[in-house]
Amino acid sequence: MRSSQVVSQLLRVSDVTNRRSLRRRQLMDRAAEALILSFASIAIAIILLIFVYVGREALPLLWENVDGASLASTVTPPADWQPVSANPRYNVIPLILGTLKVTFIAMLFGTPLALAAALYTSEFAPVRLREWIKPSVELLAGIPSVVMGFFALIVLASWLQEQFGLEFRLNALNAGIALALAIIPIIYTVSEDALSAVPNHYREASLALGASKIQTAVRVVFPAAMPGIGAAMILGFGRAIGETMIVLMASGNAAYMSLSPFVSTRTLSATVAAELGEVVFGGGHYRILFFLGTLLFVVTSVLNWAGDRYNRRMRMKLFGAE
Amino acid sequence: MRKAIDRSVVILCGAATVLILLMLVIILGNIIAHGTARLSWEFLTQPPAQGMTAGGIFPAIYGTVLLVILMSIVAVPFGVIVAIYFAEYAKRESRFYRWTRMAVNNLAGVPSIVFGLFGLGFFVHGIGQALDKGLYGGKLLLGQPSILWASMTMAVLTLPVVIITVEETMRAVPREYREASLALGATRLQTILRVVLPQSWSGILTGAILAVSRGAGEVAPVLFTGAAYFLPRLPTRVNDQFMQLGNHIYVLATQSPDVEATKPLLYSTVLVLLVLTFLLNVTAMVIRKRMRSWASR
Amino acid sequence: MVQLGQRWAEVYMQQHPDVTIQVTAGGSGNGIAALIGGTTQICQASRAMKDAEKESLKSKRNLDAVETPVALDALAIYVNKENPIKTLTMEQIGKIYLGEITNWKDVGGTPGNIVLYGRENSSGTYVYFKEHVLADKDFPSKYQALPGTGAVVDAVAKDKGGIGYGGIGYATDIKTIGISKDPKGAAIEPSMANVLSGTYPISRQLYWYTAGPAEGAVKALQDWVLSPEGQKVVTEKGFYPLKGE
Repeated sequence: MRSSQVVSQLLRVSDVTNRRSLRRRQLMDRAAEALILSFASIAIAIILLIFVYVGREALPLLWENVDGASLASTVTPPADWQPVSANPRYNVIPLILGTLKVTFIAMLFGTPLALAAALYTSEFAPVRLREWIKPSVELLAGIPSVVMGFFALIVLASWLQEQFGLEFRLNALNAGIALALAIIPIIYTVSEDALSAVPNHYREASLALGASKIQTAVRVVFPAAMPGIGAAMILGFGRAIGETMIVLMASGNAAYMSLSPFVSTRTLSATVAAELGEVVFGGGHYRILFFLGTLLFVVTSVLNWAGDRYNRRMRMKLFGAE
Repeated sequence: MRKAIDRSVVILCGAATVLILLMLVIILGNIIAHGTARLSWEFLTQPPAQGMTAGGIFPAIYGTVLLVILMSIVAVPFGVIVAIYFAEYAKRESRFYRWTRMAVNNLAGVPSIVFGLFGLGFFVHGIGQALDKGLYGGKLLLGQPSILWASMTMAVLTLPVVIITVEETMRAVPREYREASLALGATRLQTILRVVLPQSWSGILTGAILAVSRGAGEVAPVLFTGAAYFLPRLPTRVNDQFMQLGNHIYVLATQSPDVEATKPLLYSTVLVLLVLTFLLNVTAMVIRKRMRSWASR
Repeated sequence: MVQLGQRWAEVYMQQHPDVTIQVTAGGSGNGIAALIGGTTQICQASRAMKDAEKESLKSKRNLDAVETPVALDALAIYVNKENPIKTLTMEQIGKIYLGEITNWKDVGGTPGNIVLYGRENSSGTYVYFKEHVLADKDFPSKYQALPGTGAVVDAVAKDKGGIGYGGIGYATDIKTIGISKDPKGAAIEPSMANVLSGTYPISRQLYWYTAGPAEGAVKALQDWVLSPEGQKVVTEKGFYPLKGE
């Protein structure tokens, strides 16, 4: 059907030809535009609101010391997180270390797998297979994180302990692997999109010059897709840093300073989730937890912004256009 | 030599793909194997009994359904309007567009526990308590965790999903349709309402489905904004608390007294949630696929 | 205590269909915070309210906290079924949980690392254990904090070197050890008799707190909980009734 035929079926003739209603329609048009723009600005407002309302609860830490909690206390040695104690200590370094450890393990396991799979799907797989692989990996994305955490707690932890004779059953490795499974779909989907979007003439030129399909894929297509792949990795990293349920259930929650992946760890997000219920509204512990939340929010926002900028910069460099 | 390297690269990449899918199969298999034991009609329609070691999960299902309905009432229209902005009104060079785009992308990346904090600080303590002071003279009615605030928090969390999905569909509506409409004399608003929107129904549906799928399973945002451990009476007012499938799994896995006795129930609950989210996701995928094949015709 | 409260709610509502009881989990700290914030009428606590918390309640809601013991509990020490240890002294338990004793062989068991499990700091059980077993000293950083006693039991059940603590009511499928006065002494098991007579050193009362004295439906519920019927539920759940059998 020609487009005008479709359109005229959707519009009533009287609506558009009636001259008297033209003025009214134009006014409504203007009003609707204002409404739509204001809704769009609410989206910006929401992000600002989150920052304000979460940061606001932590703000007093800047200038006063609320029952032993202050901004300085978050970094004062010793590196102990003991908020409920005769001598409360709020050092966040063990928590930051825990978050970074688990995220690093997740990226270590997840990125190579996701990128390799994306490369396979986009460049090597037969077309028919491609149509099945991509949705299947997306199914992995559909698994709620509480289910992943459950699986890691009940099944994975025992298996890992049996295989490797680990001292701690619930540890950073356990949570990291489950987390990797959670971020693989994101990295995979965005990377695969980026790889598929590389124009075909790149591949054709490379093949014409005598390169094999694999050489083309690895040396031409993959670098050309770097903006998207970089963005994918940053998205995955951001998701891993902020994930709560998996680490809450699977990492053992010990605020232990150690670089080993085989010991129990405590992350920022799990700390907030575990301790928020007990705190008295407005107390020192409460404010510190909101500080942790603000920290998470700021870090993920910066990562997001950085990923966005990287994406645009690389696109500019490689393709010369936005 | 070249061929050997080439072949090993392909094999490695293929192996990575297989490994990922294998993990999916293992997880699904484990849950299905252990979860079908207690699955029955009674399980889906009865409340928990005997201290969570028997009975069913009906209140959790009901609470989840209510939660996602309330959430969708807010998130879908809101998301569609913002998607309309992105697809129809936004000028790529304008600063406003850059800011809104960044805001939405940012929103998509906010950790779920931060949404929980936001829900507690803004909805429960902020708006809730302000409403209590203004409407009820300080009585504690709305300023506490409830299904209303939990669904609002979820709406904010799922907003980006709706926006991005609907926008993608709207952009796929051929330009000629809009041009034909304007050429026939319709205003921009009429074009959007009568032409673009009807052609984007699949995207709106997909967006809603994906949002619902997240609403059923996300736990951190509702932990402190309204989810409860045990409520044999179903929520009837907006300021009631509710049970949710994801929260129920978390609670059963960590708080239950006799872990061995609750484990079959726990597995079955996980299976129910998984089946629900999978059905939703697969439906969304099918709609998306059909939409794409229509558009290319 | 959440499973006790949940069962009380279940039984009471069967008999009084016009009453609705909502039970939310999360640890004594959560409950007390909710009582102070006014979002709950009854808060269950496995530890006593601190003075600072009572003051908060007074200043926020202008009401006094009213404490009602509703059951007795023995704080049991859980170990893995394969652990041969039968008893430890309070001093040994304290040293283990302070990280000073790290190997089972140092307390007479098979050599192996001791892995510490326990509750999050929002739990009354955590606070009680800290006060009475650690003399208010802090847990070491290797201590794994799990979100519920069910999780603690589960973790110890799956970990040969694990040790955990929690209410006796949760100990259906885990081994508990006795506490002896000295390393060669007889084991005092966490049984009801030992708790009532006071010989088991770490037993405690479980409380219900209300803001101001209980009234109306809340008082009716509380009276029922203290009645023989309510106390039967206590036994059913594995805790100990206030007055014994």
